[in-house]
Amino acid sequence: MNNPVDENWDIEITDKNNPFDLKLKDVWHYRDLLVLLVRRDFVSFYKQTILGPIWFFIQPLFTTIIYTFVFGNLASIPTDGLPQPLFYLAGITAWNYFADCFTKTSTVFTANAGLFGKVYFPRLIVPLSIVVSNLIRFAVQMLLFIGMMIIYWGRGASLHPNIYLLLFPLLLLLMAMLGLGLGMIISAMTTKYRDLSFLVTFGIQLMMYLTTVIYPLSVVESKYPRYAWLVKYNPMTSIIEAFRYGFLGQGTFTMLSLSITTAITIIMLLIGIVVFNRVERTFIDTV
Amino acid sequence: MPAAIKVENLSKAYQLGEIGTGTISRDLERFWAKMRGKEDPFLKIGEVNDRTTKGDSNIVWGLKDLDFEIEQGAAVGIIGRNGAGKSTLLKILSRITSPTAGSIKIKGRVASLLEVGTGFHPELSGRENIFLNGAILGMRKAEIKRKFDEIVNFSGVERYIDTPVKRYSSGMYVRLAFAVAAHLESEILVVDEVLAVGDAEFQKKCLGKMGDISKGEGRTVLFVSHNMTAVKALCNSGILLINGTLAQHDEIQNVVNKYLMAFSPVSKISFVSGNLMTSNNLVELNSIEVITENAAGGFFINEELSIKVSFTNKAVTSPININLFFNTPDGTNIFVTCSMGREFSKGQVTLKCSIPANVLNDNIYSIDTMIVTNSTPILFVKETLIIEGIEPHRQGSWLEKFPGLIKPLFEWTVEGI
Repeated sequence: MNNPVDENWDIEITDKNNPFDLKLKDVWHYRDLLVLLVRRDFVSFYKQTILGPIWFFIQPLFTTIIYTFVFGNLASIPTDGLPQPLFYLAGITAWNYFADCFTKTSTVFTANAGLFGKVYFPRLIVPLSIVVSNLIRFAVQMLLFIGMMIIYWGRGASLHPNIYLLLFPLLLLLMAMLGLGLGMIISAMTTKYRDLSFLVTFGIQLMMYLTTVIYPLSVVESKYPRYAWLVKYNPMTSIIEAFRYGFLGQGTFTMLSLSITTAITIIMLLIGIVVFNRVERTFIDTV
Repeated sequence: MPAAIKVENLSKAYQLGEIGTGTISRDLERFWAKMRGKEDPFLKIGEVNDRTTKGDSNIVWGLKDLDFEIEQGAAVGIIGRNGAGKSTLLKILSRITSPTAGSIKIKGRVASLLEVGTGFHPELSGRENIFLNGAILGMRKAEIKRKFDEIVNFSGVERYIDTPVKRYSSGMYVRLAFAVAAHLESEILVVDEVLAVGDAEFQKKCLGKMGDISKGEGRTVLFVSHNMTAVKALCNSGILLINGTLAQHDEIQNVVNKYLMAFSPVSKISFVSGNLMTSNNLVELNSIEVITENAAGGFFINEELSIKVSFTNKAVTSPININLFFNTPDGTNIFVTCSMGREFSKGQVTLKCSIPANVLNDNIYSIDTMIVTNSTPILFVKETLIIEGIEPHRQGSWLEKFPGLIKPLFEWTVEGI
């Protein structure tokens, strides 16, 4: 009853799949869902809060104040000659974007098991929606940062925004890709080995101290030349250094270090995609 | 009619028991086997999925070598006992999980309703949730907009449409959720037993809508249910699964009949003598057996059910009585039935407990056995037997499962009009 003309099937479900196939066509079809998920994140974030979206400012602002007090004044860690609050805020803003993308993505499977267990849609939509909704948060925090920059500029601080500002879109993309890639690797593995979810929460904090959020790369290189590579080859370091250099005119990065970061990021994202694709297919049986 | 769904050699293996502990070594072993181009060593020992017998391996086949085709526009009921693989099949069809082997080919879009209201966010209003839920189910925004009024109308919750759904009653919630799903434009609709909620009027509406979908609109419907009455009303063909294999694919009436006959006439569990779980120095439980007119393991709830308990009295001289605990599968006790205390001489004793027709419901019951003497339990065997009630037919227009852990038939008389 099945003549050969009928053999063009719309969906084929098999036990094999292409590890690099992102089903982008499917993702595109579900783009409205992405928008709605981002919207849901925001609405549920400040429903029944008094301050609402102001919370987006409070966290970086207070963190900056504390860092200025502890690391800037008590520990007197130099900041490449930049005003301390501005130095920290630059680091925090960029770091937060990466860290939020990473931690949120790393729980995609476990946090959405209920949803994933009942309905099909391209799973990639959820990590993407995380990256996008954090992007909006990041944009809001960038406003805070630029506002602070203008204030310090008005007071005559020596800030030198320069041509490297043009790298900003690339830096943003790298942070998103790195957060997404690492997050997908962890999320895929936590479906089987729950231990990793504990590692993530404190691992991300430790990683922050290996990144130039609270100190400039130049200080590590002069103080601990033997261990500086640990910080230097951390992919987030050159992103943050380049970010600071572009906006504030101080920072240590080279095109080489940025290329290494780009390479690491792409590798992480590819690994992330492969494991995510693999796990996506059967995780509901083990989660 | 051309085929809408083609299933070929479909199999799915599941790992039983604990996952996550000690599996790194197993994962490595698997990986090593794959590297050498060998078959997965843990799949070879997989065995047929029958929950009543204890297996040697903790890998079982939830589905094994399914092969069938479904024509466009067919309404197919998928039936089978709990654990027969119905839900697994639906999950693979809905692309929630992947098969271990084999393939499914599908023509058209699939909308699956394994649960109503998937992805509803309690803080969002009914309006916002219609859009979110619609998008999760695969609708485009413009499509939802176009059907919005129709959806709201069908759900009957116009007044609350801008209220957060957390303030909805559970009935309103289900109505809204089903309304969204019912307006999906897909060629294939996959429905699990989601209709077990909501009031009678709404259920009628849902069943009516599903009938329209398959008969009027020519879409393909796959419907999984334990409820033979609803299946017979909705579907024109059926698929019977037994222990993960396809037992029959035929007209719905034949398949339902086969399902009702498929249970072996006697189910008896004998215990190994000397097992520490079922024996001690006072008594030993030998076997427990279910006897019904038609079926055992599964029994018809409108027929008498007998349970025979056989034990050996080793050293008890005072009166002995047997208690059977009827529990829900999650262990909540429903009732206990207790034999009269009697003195037995040493040796084997068999007692029979008869449960009249129309007492139990179409549920799964797990039965614990307790042997008591002098008001003291001397042997307690948990989950001695698991039985499943089946309702072969029913009078009246109510198609859904009767609520309640038991379903006694009481007498009703008219006392005045």
